[in-house]
Amino acid sequence: MDAQNNEVRQLRWDEYDTTQHLKNAAKQARQRKYEDFLIVDVDGHHYESEHYREVFQYISNPVIRRQAVEGMQRGGRSSMLGGQVGYQDTGGRMTRHWLRKYEKTPEDRHRDITTTLKWMDAMGVDYSCLFPTPMLFLGTHPQVEVEVELATAYNRWLCERVLAQEPRIISMLYLPFNDPEAAYRTVKEFAGKKGVCGFMVTSPRYKPVHDNVYMKTYRLIEETGLPLSFHAAYTWGDQGLALTNRFIGVHALGFMWFNMIHMTNWVVNGLPERFPKLKVMWIESGLTWAYSLMQRLDHSYMMRTSDCPSLKRKPSEYMCEMFFSSQPMEMPEDKSILEATFKMINAETQLLWSSDYPHWDFDLPGVIYDLPFLNEKAKRNILGGNAAKLFNLDPKPVKKIPMVD
Amino acid sequence: MAEIFVVKTDGFKDGDRRIVKTPKGEIGVFAHEGGFYAYANHCVHSGGPACEGILIPRVEDIIAEDKTYHGQKFSDRMQIVCPWHGWEFDLKSGVCAGDAKYKLKKYETVVRGGDLYVVA
Repeated sequence: MDAQNNEVRQLRWDEYDTTQHLKNAAKQARQRKYEDFLIVDVDGHHYESEHYREVFQYISNPVIRRQAVEGMQRGGRSSMLGGQVGYQDTGGRMTRHWLRKYEKTPEDRHRDITTTLKWMDAMGVDYSCLFPTPMLFLGTHPQVEVEVELATAYNRWLCERVLAQEPRIISMLYLPFNDPEAAYRTVKEFAGKKGVCGFMVTSPRYKPVHDNVYMKTYRLIEETGLPLSFHAAYTWGDQGLALTNRFIGVHALGFMWFNMIHMTNWVVNGLPERFPKLKVMWIESGLTWAYSLMQRLDHSYMMRTSDCPSLKRKPSEYMCEMFFSSQPMEMPEDKSILEATFKMINAETQLLWSSDYPHWDFDLPGVIYDLPFLNEKAKRNILGGNAAKLFNLDPKPVKKIPMVD
Repeated sequence: MAEIFVVKTDGFKDGDRRIVKTPKGEIGVFAHEGGFYAYANHCVHSGGPACEGILIPRVEDIIAEDKTYHGQKFSDRMQIVCPWHGWEFDLKSGVCAGDAKYKLKKYETVVRGGDLYVVA
């Protein structure tokens, strides 16, 4: 071939663009004809910390607002919010984490709307349920009032600046769970607002979900018809998890650990019997934890039925009526193992695909679409149909998969 | 198979790379330790642009004779890292660090008259 006719390029880190970064995802989306059906991502993320300057203006308490704003000026030192020990980007190997600052976005739309829609379209996603990132660790903050103030400010900021502006972005709002009254007020204030499709508890925290103080909030959420979700995360501050010395350890265990505890308490205390219409969802723990816990609890339940007298059925029978997000979906070489997991959780109706983008272990829709043991109907249910029912979304696809060469 | 021009070898130094569009898809071409290596810009994991990530040596644990652990170090084995999820591939062989049965698709390179070509 003639040199002049070849398209040869060098890498330009400073020209980072989400659509280009995900151009191979867009090719997959077109090859699989994702434009023909609805795809809903029930767990996507943004970095709200990049907009703290805006978010902190929504903090109602002037003392905490000043502490937050002042602390933001001096990154790297101690601050009101602090950070989280860990190295999610694996020493810079996931380039989007440090290149995203170069992405150019138009001035007339919020930057997070632009970047979120870009990755959604590249993957073939119609709607994404957007969650924060550093705030996933806010439940371990020692000052309860800081969780309440920041959560409320974030929720108001998100509703006003993002959800009200872009119908394809929805969210289950942060419940400041360490203050039960504030959690109740949050549901009262935000249920029914545009784009609010449920409420979310960040899982790393040390308040038991079966405490009586939460019952009126569960009842209120049940009455709204919106789902309550538990979004997993890790904390190296947990005494057990602190025994791990590598991020792979604290992440793999931590993202299961807190949801396993909350799920166990939720079931054995009979909350599914007390709130039979409350839709409960478990986010970002993968699937194997549920497969394991169902069997573990059922086994013990038959010998210790007296420990959970509120139950009328085995624990697994309640669990497989709950909802699960898929990512990070374990991919055993032997797909029959995964098939058994899908069967155990009633995946065709209870599993909802999630990307977790832009985090380091994100999944594409192909993790579901390419599975050999699912028929087309099951694939479409998991990729979008189940979420459309849960969130009451219009099933008509609205994505615009880019033509990236 | 065709020889597709990539770059003049003069000035294509260790650590440099080019991405060339070919009828078989994009191919990443790397200069490393005096040699040239070419791989499909398509990760065998989930299809990411494997040749557009950072280059970084493989990490090794330092284990003493008595089996005690003494930290970590970078080895002299350079790797290509897929920027989507961090899968690591040996730059000279394309073999995946985590499981050797996974390999990036490798292409031959040819140098002729100071020009570097990839055969695809």
